[in-house]
Amino acid sequence: MFYREAGDFKTSYRDDNQTFPIRLDRMGYYILMFVAFLVVPFFINDYWVNAVFAPFLIYAIAALGLNILTGYAGQVSLGTGGFMAVGAYACYKLMTGFPEVSIVIHIILAGGITAMVGVAFGLPSLRIKGFYLAVATLAAQFFLVWLFNKVPWFYNYSASGQINAPERSVFGVIVTGPNTEAWAKYMICLVFVVVLAWVARNLTRGMMGRKWMGIRDMDIAAEIIGVNPLMAKMSAFAVSSFFVGIAGALFFAVYLGAAEAGEAFGINKSFLILFMIIIGGLGSIFGSFAGAAFMVLMPVLLKNVLVGGMGWPTDLAAHFEFMIVGGLIVIFLIVEPHGLAQLWRLTKEKLRLWPFPH
Amino acid sequence: MTTVTDMNADSYVTADGRTIGGVVMDLKNITLRFGGVVAIKDISFDIREGEIRAIIGPNGAGKSSMLNVISGFYKPQEGEVWFRGSKRPPMKPYQVARQGLARTFQNIALFDGMTVLDNIMTGRLNHMKANMFQQAIWKGKAEREELANREICEKVIDFLEIQHIRKTPVGRLPYGLKKRVELARALAAQPSLLLLDEPMAGMNVEEKEDMSRFILDMNDEFGTTIALIEHDMGVVMDLSDRVVVMDYGKKIGDGTPDEVRNNQDVIDAYLGVAHD
Repeated sequence: MFYREAGDFKTSYRDDNQTFPIRLDRMGYYILMFVAFLVVPFFINDYWVNAVFAPFLIYAIAALGLNILTGYAGQVSLGTGGFMAVGAYACYKLMTGFPEVSIVIHIILAGGITAMVGVAFGLPSLRIKGFYLAVATLAAQFFLVWLFNKVPWFYNYSASGQINAPERSVFGVIVTGPNTEAWAKYMICLVFVVVLAWVARNLTRGMMGRKWMGIRDMDIAAEIIGVNPLMAKMSAFAVSSFFVGIAGALFFAVYLGAAEAGEAFGINKSFLILFMIIIGGLGSIFGSFAGAAFMVLMPVLLKNVLVGGMGWPTDLAAHFEFMIVGGLIVIFLIVEPHGLAQLWRLTKEKLRLWPFPH
Repeated sequence: MTTVTDMNADSYVTADGRTIGGVVMDLKNITLRFGGVVAIKDISFDIREGEIRAIIGPNGAGKSSMLNVISGFYKPQEGEVWFRGSKRPPMKPYQVARQGLARTFQNIALFDGMTVLDNIMTGRLNHMKANMFQQAIWKGKAEREELANREICEKVIDFLEIQHIRKTPVGRLPYGLKKRVELARALAAQPSLLLLDEPMAGMNVEEKEDMSRFILDMNDEFGTTIALIEHDMGVVMDLSDRVVVMDYGKKIGDGTPDEVRNNQDVIDAYLGVAHD
């Protein structure tokens, strides 16, 4: 009844092109931004930022990145963990090598370095497709993690083989290291998420996105129309790796504070982020967020219910948590194979007509 | 209005008042082999500006191969392709598209996951120059370009009468509409030569009439040069200015519909001939 286009006339193509064509959606978006920037930072505490917000926001960036590559451009990748490691180690080397430069620049540069590595490992995609490409990117995953463990230069010859984020600040506020306050951690992740989501939206709604989707849906037709497959695939790998690299840098510098390549950025990470975009919805910006929220919140919620609510022992709950999350994923994929984004779209379509059946 | 029938002149006016200009595409002695199989054997013909040129022939005659040679998908072993007065070097299909060629496919080749509008907008891709960083920022060049090209696409949408499905994902459309969307995408590119591979395959009479009308209007209003492959003889004879007939990879006839209809080789190829 309230959620509809009627009365909201579009008089230009610019209006017709906007991200949220329905007024209620726009209002929802503004309210969400208001709450995220002006309400949450005042109430957030260490538990919430470490258990929920920081991982959700950082994984959302990684999921956006992988969704650009897999969901939009149709190139399957299992190297996400490895690329996150590149971002993390690049950020670490930059932080320790140039301590006077702002951490924000380091994080962006880490994304740039990851983009270059991503393009290098994306080259096989010109020849191979589908599962075979997935295996090729799997090689990237294992090679990169091995490299960061094997070459001491990457972890500055530290005895533990770990990398530790030194203390850095933005506008006088400490954002990395053990003395970081919860709201600062949250804010730096939030700013990166909002900016990158906006960039992803711009790229995917314009010609770049159409080229990627063309390659995904029918590469021969795309080439006949004038899409250069080399440029389209490489740009998808570059942009995707840029996002994933930034996610890796934030994950290490802001969230973990200390990391070891095999442990923090192993194959599990690659699968986790792949699950996120499959559950969230391939080829959807909203889906990247929904998937990240699902995979981050579900275990936290289950733990609270099982341990906090029903008083189960922690170890038993932890195992049940695995089973329940796994089961939910399977059930979910059977019920709605196109992910949460599709569910959201269907709800909106129904809502548009509600309460009338036609 | 004077009707000039001398087809060898630089340009002439057809009986229905359209001006046919000089040669746009000239194919010279094209031979295409796949291993030992000769798909196209020493074929030459030209396509002139503003005309509707049909390529016909029985199944397996090499018509689609010919179209694939023109659109750069196959590289002929022998022969030359001349486009707008210069010899075309070996090119990738996307480079050929940049020269102003667009085509549709026998089996529809649309992007199923994208909306009709997005599909048609991809046709504009050679006209949009904003780089990746400009697109990432969106405001400024990318948005201006997007809106300007949207307007051109909307004209094409109006022309092909598909306004109502503008925002529908292509995968949900029925066959006839998909064919029309594919035509729209090719037309949006404003090509100097448009290749249609069996635009009316699998359509009923009404849809064929619609499609014929679109092809004629396209040619008439925008002056688009069209080369098409079609099996429906009635349509071919009515639409086209000149017809090339192929059989077993060879050219057996070339001329106006009337000339081709009365060509003994063509009649033999289609109806069979007694061997003694």
